[in-house]
Amino acid sequence: MWDYVKLVVLGLIAVFAAIAANYALDLAYMVNAIVVMLAAAITFIVVARGMYEPKVAVSANEYNDGVVRAGVIATAFWGVVGFLVGVVIAFQLAFPSLNIPGVEGILNFGRLRPLHTSAVIFAFGGNALIMSAFYIVQRTCATRLWGGNLGWFVFWGWQLMIVLAATSYVLGGTQGKEYAETVWYIDWWIVVVWVAFLVVFLGTLIMRKEPHIYVANWFLLSMIITVAMLHVVNNLAIPVNMFSSKSVSLFGGVQDAMTQWWYGHNAVGFFLTAGFLGMMYYFVPKQAERPVYSYKLSIIHFWALIFLYIWAGPHHLHYTALPDWAATLGMVFSVMLWMPSWGGMINGLMTLSGAWDKLRTDPIIRMMVVSIGFYGMSTFEGPMMSIKAVNSLSHYTDWTIGHVHSGALGWNGMITFGALYFLTPRLWNRSGLYSLKLVSWHFWLATIGIVLYAASMWVTGIMEGLMWREVDANGFLVNAFADTVAAKFPMYVVRGLGGVMFLSGALIMCYNLWMTVKAAPAKVSAGAAVPAE
Amino acid sequence: MDTYSFLRHFADSWMLLLMTALFVGVVVYAFRPGSRKLQDDAANSIFRNERRPAPPAAEPASRNFKEA
Repeated sequence: MWDYVKLVVLGLIAVFAAIAANYALDLAYMVNAIVVMLAAAITFIVVARGMYEPKVAVSANEYNDGVVRAGVIATAFWGVVGFLVGVVIAFQLAFPSLNIPGVEGILNFGRLRPLHTSAVIFAFGGNALIMSAFYIVQRTCATRLWGGNLGWFVFWGWQLMIVLAATSYVLGGTQGKEYAETVWYIDWWIVVVWVAFLVVFLGTLIMRKEPHIYVANWFLLSMIITVAMLHVVNNLAIPVNMFSSKSVSLFGGVQDAMTQWWYGHNAVGFFLTAGFLGMMYYFVPKQAERPVYSYKLSIIHFWALIFLYIWAGPHHLHYTALPDWAATLGMVFSVMLWMPSWGGMINGLMTLSGAWDKLRTDPIIRMMVVSIGFYGMSTFEGPMMSIKAVNSLSHYTDWTIGHVHSGALGWNGMITFGALYFLTPRLWNRSGLYSLKLVSWHFWLATIGIVLYAASMWVTGIMEGLMWREVDANGFLVNAFADTVAAKFPMYVVRGLGGVMFLSGALIMCYNLWMTVKAAPAKVSAGAAVPAE
Repeated sequence: MDTYSFLRHFADSWMLLLMTALFVGVVVYAFRPGSRKLQDDAANSIFRNERRPAPPAAEPASRNFKEA
């Protein structure tokens, strides 16, 4: 019966998507409608073929690891895609002739840039968060993922969102809001998938068999709830037509700007910080085989972060139409935020106290420690850049880009790589990774790549800021904008090379994980093997 | 008083006090006597149930029939 309902709904979706594609007013909408139609049709076939297969009863005394395995594959795949697009646009900035005339308006910098940011944040980072949330919540609650196949709906719904967003961006579908470029119907779909994510996560928490909710789950839950709130408010918009990707924001002017950066900064704060801290609080103690340094500190870290982060957004709007008091408020809260951030960093690092020798022998721990180091560094750099005097030099320069990447590549990237190396042997029941030597290669390529990236962006950012404000004895500006662009060329090439190293490291990781599943010996443990699902 | 002034005033005074009090309360609660045992237990919970969910017998029967 339930299968018939699914078939009817999927069939209707496919038909309506086909109609929408026919009436589409712009290309991005039409292609998206066709993608939805195909996705519904494929799901229809999968459901129809499975209808008369005997149903395999799921056992409540096994974890649902299938969806986590899929998440590991998706994370690695989208990571490589996102890094590759990043390398391409880095070289497009260094060598503008790479904006190839034949595909102008599709594959030029302006179209690929949101593709890169969304691919790394929402495709790579989002999949990393969903898969670790599903893994961690099951282990720490000692119960199977709640909601049956709803977890699979979250996984595939998220992949559909990524494909829709990617095809929309290159064809010009955008709301013009940074990190929230997805057009209105994709925003609605994100809400549906995200609420399903929340329901699965909460359901598992409620069914837990451990008395206490482990701190990693607090961070992950706060991430899910806050991102839902931010996403809905920032994307309040009226579509201009049912068959168009264009919409008009409910807010205007400085209110719109403030809403956008309230969203934008907390996307960093809750998606890229709180969520990944949840990963840190689980994977670092597990890999170090020691409990977290101080559980008390983790509780205070959590609440301090929650109480402070939400106010920091206005620091993106210094010296704009935003009232001065709001900008000052954002600055003060950003500076205060330094304390909980470093509290968390110390907690993560000190988890290794008494096990520092593992740094020499275990490249995965090394990766996690460097990741926490970059977390500490970028959470010091961020508050500093939010101070108005510093911001007047750094804002609109490449320093900002360098800051974002030391956080994203260093903190989010490295902790995710650590998690992937941790999870793959466990999920595929292998005795260990295929090669620790390759992990070391990945570690050094990625680390040197990030250092090249961040250092070149510091140099070019500060140079650019100083050139923009340089005036001669008569008060005239000394440099034209094009002068700064010409002066930045060598640093742009270095940045591109840093990106190439980071990407090569990720490719080595993919090979290593692939060979782990293919070639590493299976784990032999008496009766403990969990059958594949 | 117009809505903006009212909300500004409220946010600057009572709401700020409430949030500060809540935060201080959380910190005090984390340091309460007897919390260490529970916290140590929670910190070590990640080393249990690595490969399988906890067996049903450990819990009251009402909790076990989730995915029937």
